[in-house]
Amino acid sequence: MNSLHDAAFLHVRNLTVHHGQLRALSDVSLQVAKGEVYAIIGANGAGKTTLMRTIAGLHSPTDGSVVFDGRDVTRMRPEQRAKAGIVMVPEGRRLFPSLTLEENLKVGATYARKGPWTIERAYETFPFMRERRAQKTAQLSGGEQQQVAIGRALVANPRVLLLDELSLGLAPLIVQRIYDTLPRILESGITVLLVEQDVSQARRVASHLQCLLEGHTTLEGESKDFTPDQIEAAYFGTNPGGRPPGPPGRGTEQETLSGSPDGTLSLWRGSTRLSRGS
Amino acid sequence: MSVTTDSGPFRGDDPRVRAMGEGGGRDGEFPRVTRSRRNTLWSGIGALVVVVIFATLPYTTQPGVWAILTQGLIILTLASMWNLLAGYAGLVSVGQQVFLGLGAYFILIPNMHGVSPFAALPLAAIGAAVVAIPLWWLVSRLRTAYFAIATWVLASAVALFVQQFQSIGGGTGMPLQGLQWADTNLLSADTYWVALAVAVLAIGGTYLLLRSRVGLVLTAIRDDERAARSSGVRVGFARALVFIVAAAGCGAAGGVLAIQQVAVSPGAGGVFDITWTAEMAFAVIIGGLGTIEGPIVGTVVYMVLFETLQHYNAWYLIILGLVAIGVTLFARRGLWGTVEEKFGIRLLPTGYYLWSPAERRRRIGRADRG
Amino acid sequence: MAWVNAIIQGILTGGLYALFACGLSLMFGVMRVVNLAHGDLATVAGYIGVGVIAAIHVPFLWSIPIVVVIMALLGYVLQRTLIQAAINRGDLTTLIVTFGLSMVIENGLLQFFTANSRGIGVNQSIITDSFSIGSQIQIAWLDVIIFVLAVVVLLGLQYYLSSTKYGRLIRAVADDREAAQLSGADYRHVFGIAAAIAFGTVALAGTAYGMTTTIDPTTGTQTILLFAFAAVVIGGLGSLWGTLVGGIVLGVAQEIGAQINLSWELLAGYVIFLVVLIVRPQGLTSRRAQS
Repeated sequence: MNSLHDAAFLHVRNLTVHHGQLRALSDVSLQVAKGEVYAIIGANGAGKTTLMRTIAGLHSPTDGSVVFDGRDVTRMRPEQRAKAGIVMVPEGRRLFPSLTLEENLKVGATYARKGPWTIERAYETFPFMRERRAQKTAQLSGGEQQQVAIGRALVANPRVLLLDELSLGLAPLIVQRIYDTLPRILESGITVLLVEQDVSQARRVASHLQCLLEGHTTLEGESKDFTPDQIEAAYFGTNPGGRPPGPPGRGTEQETLSGSPDGTLSLWRGSTRLSRGS
Repeated sequence: MSVTTDSGPFRGDDPRVRAMGEGGGRDGEFPRVTRSRRNTLWSGIGALVVVVIFATLPYTTQPGVWAILTQGLIILTLASMWNLLAGYAGLVSVGQQVFLGLGAYFILIPNMHGVSPFAALPLAAIGAAVVAIPLWWLVSRLRTAYFAIATWVLASAVALFVQQFQSIGGGTGMPLQGLQWADTNLLSADTYWVALAVAVLAIGGTYLLLRSRVGLVLTAIRDDERAARSSGVRVGFARALVFIVAAAGCGAAGGVLAIQQVAVSPGAGGVFDITWTAEMAFAVIIGGLGTIEGPIVGTVVYMVLFETLQHYNAWYLIILGLVAIGVTLFARRGLWGTVEEKFGIRLLPTGYYLWSPAERRRRIGRADRG
Repeated sequence: MAWVNAIIQGILTGGLYALFACGLSLMFGVMRVVNLAHGDLATVAGYIGVGVIAAIHVPFLWSIPIVVVIMALLGYVLQRTLIQAAINRGDLTTLIVTFGLSMVIENGLLQFFTANSRGIGVNQSIITDSFSIGSQIQIAWLDVIIFVLAVVVLLGLQYYLSSTKYGRLIRAVADDREAAQLSGADYRHVFGIAAAIAFGTVALAGTAYGMTTTIDPTTGTQTILLFAFAAVVIGGLGSLWGTLVGGIVLGVAQEIGAQINLSWELLAGYVIFLVVLIVRPQGLTSRRAQS
């Protein structure tokens, strides 16, 4: 495990995150090596976006840490993390609607690190942008908006690019086209951590997979090591072979009278957890 | 362990609730819900004693004291009303002075036709409440900041409008008739009693309102407005009612003010001055927004500041304002709210208490400890 | 003919109102803060102007940039400390804090300067002179200058927001604070800049106002805040040139009101405000800024 730890470019340790009283992430860890593509998969509500937002700094964890290239960034504000090299393309694109396409890119480039990515290079990678650059982004299609959002992140010259659900609401063909630009991103030395609901797409692009279910990790390892059945089991929380487990017995419920610190019930103790080598 | 509900949303699936239901299952008892704890009875008696003491003050102290207290009681009434609006209904009104002024004028106008100012007091309250209805219609759809500015503008507009009429004094105001009594002490005492009565009614009325169904609606709105609305709660009605009641209270206070000053004067420093709203708002904030005891504490602070600093003109208000800003940023529950939180005291509770059966048994066993 | 004069006067005054309003509009558009102390800031600027002239004995024209810079710096500091703290705690707190600030400023001015009204003495005759069009219409040079100044400021603001780095950041933060953070922008700093601009413009407006009429400690809330807010609302929230339109509508309405009855000038403004309240309540409900 230690050799892995040293190699980890982005190391998330035992992250527990709450939304008010609801526990969204329980003791989640992950390690991303430099230059690889790491995919987080899982159903809706699994906590994937919460994980991304916490890594990006938009959310504070209740417990645990985020370590980037040896530096503990857990207490860092999101803009400082962006300047340090962790840049996220948020779920739903979140372009600036009153700004034009080019202005969106310019904002992304305002606090850019030194590196190969410029607005010009973004135009080369996503050719449609050049002629639409004076248009307000609200007039672009979903796929185009997603590419602008990625471009906005790229021109900041990130070291780790966080992609949150970029396929959301887009036709498969468009999604494929967008993922086709991934090699160009990787060849400039950027590490990619992405969230994807489409498992097959994730398997295609990522070397490592991690599956979340209701805030817990149910599967983690190299994507080539898992069968579709195993992934499905981890995704839905069924035992391999398709049978759902029985209801949690009384013994697995937390004692309540003494009061757990957050007053919540931790869900789902009996999940299957597959990791490399099992 | 007892759990108060108005300290935050209390979910039915909270394990503590289930545990109480299941754990006490031996005797088949269920958790009991009460409106108050034992000590509320004592605070009720205490409040009554305090009111009696205050009522008999004119027999035991100098007239100078009653005069000061009269002013304090006016502020207390106003503060309770502002607290009702802002602390319970979420309506930050920066134009409450309009009802104060209208209340004063609703004393003046009957007075010009021979009615005694004291007798016209109910009219002041009712008149203000009636005017509040169309005003509410104008501002009810507005949110926070817009609501505030709109009430401010309306207050200025009404003030300006009222001053157009020379028959009721125009811009300079008019004195009240029938208050030139030979015994000025008696007048002072009567004014004091009337101020006390209005203040007690205001606080008592607020307390009862908040313990009623409407009060429950207000708490629901305060916790989560959208959820309240979608549960069918009549949010608009509750808010309108609060606005009108607050108007009535401020109107009554305005009536008392007119009696105290033996005149009604608009214009700078007069009955329509925004300083009144500033004073009532700051008093409530410092004392504790959203608690019944808060306005009382805040008024005391106000009176202390006013009495010690009034030689320095506007200083008392400057300091009051600065303290209010500080409180709202760093101790937002105010003086009383912080005490309440730290010591778990609630003299005049408006929420619910939940008792587990085991806890009840223990408490009954400790009856002699109170 | 007196009516034509009144309308022209109203239009010119509208420029001043727009100058008052653009800061309010900016602070709302960017930070979602309605600064109840906005009008009082203009009054403070006027008083600083008086003070500066008295202390340093500079030609009064020089006092204007000094006042504007002082107020802009004050705006940045106040935003980063007080107002940001209030924003973090919610709408209600922000309202109470800005209201408290307004009352403290007013009473502070009252305490130190008494309730007497003051004006900024303008000596150069070029400015106090007026010129005539035809025989019936008389226009004061000062009013024209202020109107031109207002238009210049609005143009400058528009250029700043559309073409400079910080202007873009301000618009981005106004659109989506979190997304701006993800691009490396510290939104608190951007808020500070927006506040500095708002305070600077209202300071300019305040000093100009002090030249046209006398001010007293209550002018801020009695008149200026109302004018600014009404102009913003009439012209449309978040629209910079809309504040000019709103200002002109307000100014013309007031002049017409004054023509009917001298004491109705202020009342006309209130009536316009109320009409907007009834007819266009959506003009007063929260809407995305589009400046």
